[in-house]
Amino acid sequence: MPGPQPVEGTKVTSTSADRATPLLQTSGGEVPDRVFKSAMTVCGLAVLGVLVLIVYELMSGSRLSWHAFGFKFFGGSDWDPVNERFGALPFIYGTLVSSLVALIIAVPLSVGVAVFTTEMCPKALRGPLSFFVELLAAIPSVIYGLWAIFVLVPLLSGYVQPFLAKTLGWTGLFEGPPYGIGMLAAGIILAIMIVPIISSITREVLMVVPQHQREGVLALGATRWEMIRVGVLRNARAGIVGGIILGLGRALGETMAVTMVIGNRPEIAKSLFAPGYTMASVLANEFSEATGDVYLSSLIEIGLALFLVTIIVNALAQLLVWTVTRGQPARGHA
Amino acid sequence: MPEPTVNTAVRQAVSPVSWRRRITDHVMTGVAVLTVVLVLIPLVAIFGYLIYKGVGSLNWAFLTHIPVPEGETGGGMANAIVGSALILVVASVIGVPFGIGAGIYLAEFGRNRLGSAIRFTADVLNGVPSIVIGIVAYAIVVLSQKHFSALAGGVALAIMMVPTISRTTEEMLLLVPQALREAAYGLGIPRWRTTLSITLRTATSGVITGVMLAFARIAGETAPLLFTALGNEYWSGRLPWNSHWQRQPWTLGLDQPTAALPLQIFKYATSPYDDLHRQAWAGAFVLILLIVTSVAAVRYVVRRGTFGAA
Repeated sequence: MPGPQPVEGTKVTSTSADRATPLLQTSGGEVPDRVFKSAMTVCGLAVLGVLVLIVYELMSGSRLSWHAFGFKFFGGSDWDPVNERFGALPFIYGTLVSSLVALIIAVPLSVGVAVFTTEMCPKALRGPLSFFVELLAAIPSVIYGLWAIFVLVPLLSGYVQPFLAKTLGWTGLFEGPPYGIGMLAAGIILAIMIVPIISSITREVLMVVPQHQREGVLALGATRWEMIRVGVLRNARAGIVGGIILGLGRALGETMAVTMVIGNRPEIAKSLFAPGYTMASVLANEFSEATGDVYLSSLIEIGLALFLVTIIVNALAQLLVWTVTRGQPARGHA
Repeated sequence: MPEPTVNTAVRQAVSPVSWRRRITDHVMTGVAVLTVVLVLIPLVAIFGYLIYKGVGSLNWAFLTHIPVPEGETGGGMANAIVGSALILVVASVIGVPFGIGAGIYLAEFGRNRLGSAIRFTADVLNGVPSIVIGIVAYAIVVLSQKHFSALAGGVALAIMMVPTISRTTEEMLLLVPQALREAAYGLGIPRWRTTLSITLRTATSGVITGVMLAFARIAGETAPLLFTALGNEYWSGRLPWNSHWQRQPWTLGLDQPTAALPLQIFKYATSPYDDLHRQAWAGAFVLILLIVTSVAAVRYVVRRGTFGAA
């Protein structure tokens, strides 16, 4: 604001805006203003209301199952709708393992992509490259699933799994018949889906590392890689971890693609070739067909657990990213 | 004699980098390039297959017919395309005003505790798995209506739209220079008028971007529709172009179980029939076309729209 008067800044301007209001009362501007403000407040409160509603519905919906099984629900491993005995352990296990596999694959890839786009590649390539990677985020989950069923799974059962069984079979992680469908396929498709999230946040974090940090390390005679390792990655560590956790949050709640390739069997197996089941996919498959109140209630309790876990994971991630990018004018929070 | 010491220090600093460090540098550059290639492979493969299989499977019947009984070949997804459109319209009608309203609240009145609480809640909601949102829409709408419906699906998707739209709207409104608001106040324009016709209008392209991003995100959502809209092998309403349309008044069938493109893709992809697999690819192609078009529209709007100091 290149105004003629040397005002102190936005603080003063906002109070001057407040001071303008009494003047408007005389011209009858007060009532519509109040109506407008209340209407907007209602919209804002609706956001809070939705969260409260989610918590309330999940809690009240899962009460029956909570009374029937208590904490044993999360430790039990039978899933028997006929005899109404429910335990969520296989689903928790499947969710954790598939997400872990996804992270193991996705983290190095995403960090590599982010480092390449911010530190190494020619400027002209930067825009298109990040656009393409972010395009991955725009593909709906169900299309990932479709592709995984008809392209990834045959590839896994035909080539990758026999190879893994031969070379790493002794670990016990890669044994059993190579059906393609199973925990490994779910982990790989999840990895592809979370790469754009982790890499875009990592890139954002890398970009806020001050330029003189890089120049300083280079001036000490470091090679480019040493500069990246010492000057950039080390500074951005907390933010990168935040991005990874955000990716984890997405992987935990991902439903369709996983449901289509994980095999949907509530079993706990050591081998990644074996079929599994996740919390989200049991909801997807069984919710609309659940007969019996305890059955439905158990499913809702799984939903509640999933909700709580993703909220904790996301809050943690937000906090970490925030500690790094804080104070950056680039984010638009003036 | 300070000369020699400086000399050794300088010589050490500019001395050629050892071969080990140089090799490491090259190797790590190679690794970074490799990760980019590895990430782009699935992208290319997915779009390649979508176009290859999708275009090949797309035909007129697919766009104009409804599904045939299981096991027969032919039929299409006309009802799913219309159903998806209906659900998305319902979601937008509910979600967009609330989202923009919440955004206005956050930007114009939200510099307080309540504002921070809403901001935090919106970010939390953004991370809630979509299937959980589906459960809630089921509990609120389906249980009270006693049956699955397009309305329930729309409500679920609307809930997913609001956090994205409100946060981007807030960000865009905050970019509008304070001087513009002050100028309006100075002219005696009431605050609500200023917000709507000055601030919001200045930020229009940014707000539209947020809306389109939210739209693109929910357009392909499947999980929250599974037990809200449920899916339908037939038309859910009496529409001018379908077989239910006789001399009865037309209905949209918002209170009926409704087919949607993502649901149909899911169902067909996991079915054992080749012809349905073909249709799943065609459906996926149509769906991605819808989403890419809206994302491209976003980029166009963003590039064209310049406002204020931004």
